[in-house]
Amino acid sequence: MTHFRSDIRQRAEELVSLYPRRRSAMLPLLHLAQEQDGYLTDAGMAEVAELTGTTPAEVRGTAAFYDMFHLEPVGRYVVGVCTNIACLLAGGEDLLEHARRTLGCEVGHTSADGLFTLEETECLADCNIAPAVQVNHRYVRATTPEELDRLVEDLRAGRRDHDIPPHGTLIRVRRSGGLRVGTAELAEERAQARAARAAREAAATEAS
Amino acid sequence: MAVVDTPPIVTARRDLADSYTLARYLETGGYQGLRKALTLHPEAVAAEVDAASLLGRGGAGFPAGRKWSMLRKSPISYLVVNGDESEPATFKDHYLVERDPHQLVEGVVIAAYALQVTQAFIFLRGEFALGLERVQQAVNEAYEHGALGRNIFGSGFSVDLVVHPGAGAYICGEETALLEALEGKRGFPRIKPPYFPAVTGLYGEPTVVNNVETMSNLPWIVLNGGAAFAALGGGRSTGTRMFALSGRVNRPGVYEIEMVKNTFRDLIFDDRLGGGVPDGHELRAFIPGGVSAPWFGPEHLDMVLGQDEVGAAGSMLGSGSIVVMDDTTCVVRAAWRITKFFSRESCGQCTPCREGSGWVERILYRLEHGGGRTEDVDVLLDLCDNISPGLNWPPQQTTICVLGPSIPSSITSAISRFRDDFYAHVQHGSCPHE
Repeated sequence: MTHFRSDIRQRAEELVSLYPRRRSAMLPLLHLAQEQDGYLTDAGMAEVAELTGTTPAEVRGTAAFYDMFHLEPVGRYVVGVCTNIACLLAGGEDLLEHARRTLGCEVGHTSADGLFTLEETECLADCNIAPAVQVNHRYVRATTPEELDRLVEDLRAGRRDHDIPPHGTLIRVRRSGGLRVGTAELAEERAQARAARAAREAAATEAS
Repeated sequence: MAVVDTPPIVTARRDLADSYTLARYLETGGYQGLRKALTLHPEAVAAEVDAASLLGRGGAGFPAGRKWSMLRKSPISYLVVNGDESEPATFKDHYLVERDPHQLVEGVVIAAYALQVTQAFIFLRGEFALGLERVQQAVNEAYEHGALGRNIFGSGFSVDLVVHPGAGAYICGEETALLEALEGKRGFPRIKPPYFPAVTGLYGEPTVVNNVETMSNLPWIVLNGGAAFAALGGGRSTGTRMFALSGRVNRPGVYEIEMVKNTFRDLIFDDRLGGGVPDGHELRAFIPGGVSAPWFGPEHLDMVLGQDEVGAAGSMLGSGSIVVMDDTTCVVRAAWRITKFFSRESCGQCTPCREGSGWVERILYRLEHGGGRTEDVDVLLDLCDNISPGLNWPPQQTTICVLGPSIPSSITSAISRFRDDFYAHVQHGSCPHE
């Protein structure tokens, strides 16, 4: 019996199979664990450890390094407001303060109804639509207090469910192609490529 | 007079709403560069990139062709694309992965063929949820179309491409930290030497790491020839380049313009580009290449946008992101916010960076928010000198990677240009702009 639901478990195993080494699937698997549980649970991290051939401590130690992974429960919607340089110059701090009042929670905290977590983010690479705001890592183009209020209303009413999935769901497009072959086969191809190149180079050296 | 009529290379599909779909990509010349590349010898493809003199678009500006040729002697195991765009005010790769993912995929396959690599990865910033979906979709379509996977377009060449999400860490833009993250570990930059992943990269094997914009240029270069690319621009700065303009300008955005042919004044003030500073305010300073770069002032406005020109003037074109500050901007607050960013993003391995960033951030905080002292200005400079001795550019390094030595840039720039602003903060007891 796994902690991951069967569909998540299947996707997890597919992810592991994409990499030459299992541990490389660590970040994608942690995103997946977050997709199922909304944050990283002990059981979720234990399963990631099993899948990546690491220990739960190594998984936690890795996860704790990255801002997108939450080791405690967060709201259904994680609202990130950027205040880095371009957004600072566009009033990002004021927008963050407005978000704090609208959502009724402090920065880094979750609203009483469990719907929203508010974060002050670093640069979101959307500096021409400043201040940049993301909800669950989707850009929402809410640069004014009025736009932010409307967004929050829409989120409460479930009117953005089509484009903003619950926190944790990062990539909704599943990989559907690829060389699903063992790394041994790829290694063999690579060896052949090397041999072919060596032959070409030898020929080139001879020619010169 | 700004030169804006050069046909765009990487943003050629900017006016098409469905530019990210395979159908539109094929209608507009998509995958023709790859088809041509596959008819050439891999070395000939690499030679075109060499001839283009394409400088890497990630920030360091290392010639992509030379990066490849360093490797030609020993076989390369992996190709990794750096799409962890996190340098504050940089948003060009964000544009490319959302708007033209097939162009990126095509570039990756071309590079993989030139390097004879059978396994490639695109490492994308985790915050690019839409970009991750668009690129994954493009990868799926490329497999279906035969442009990726086994026996590409019947050429016999095969390569597998995996889209790998990051998880929120600026430091993973540093290529050795990125490789650690791709190995499933904390994003700690690796100790140098070896300096190049070309020697010891992913899983300790030779690896090429190139930026998203660099890769996106390849289809055009192969199709039109390296010489055509090198004919654009001037000096070592060839081709066009995407400049991300933000801050106090009327028309912030990504502008692809020919290298060297335009000045900072053109980019910031031309009506077809930045459109000037809002409401007739006066430009006080600007950052020429991401927040790691020392600031420029009005006297630099007539400098051309070229890598060597900006480098010779004591800063860098870096990631191609320009931030404009005007007379409404509190430069102390700007320096504080940038420093807070470095403090938050320091990975913590090296003492000068880990301890230094927090220390200078706290001093800047009290200058801005209350409690600043006259001697703080000198203390800041002294601390910066400890983080990067000499306070020169390029900075001297006391740390494993360049994040640490980048911390002083904004602080020393703000102090050397606007020292009186700092003293005004001390006298006022906090920010006088509030």
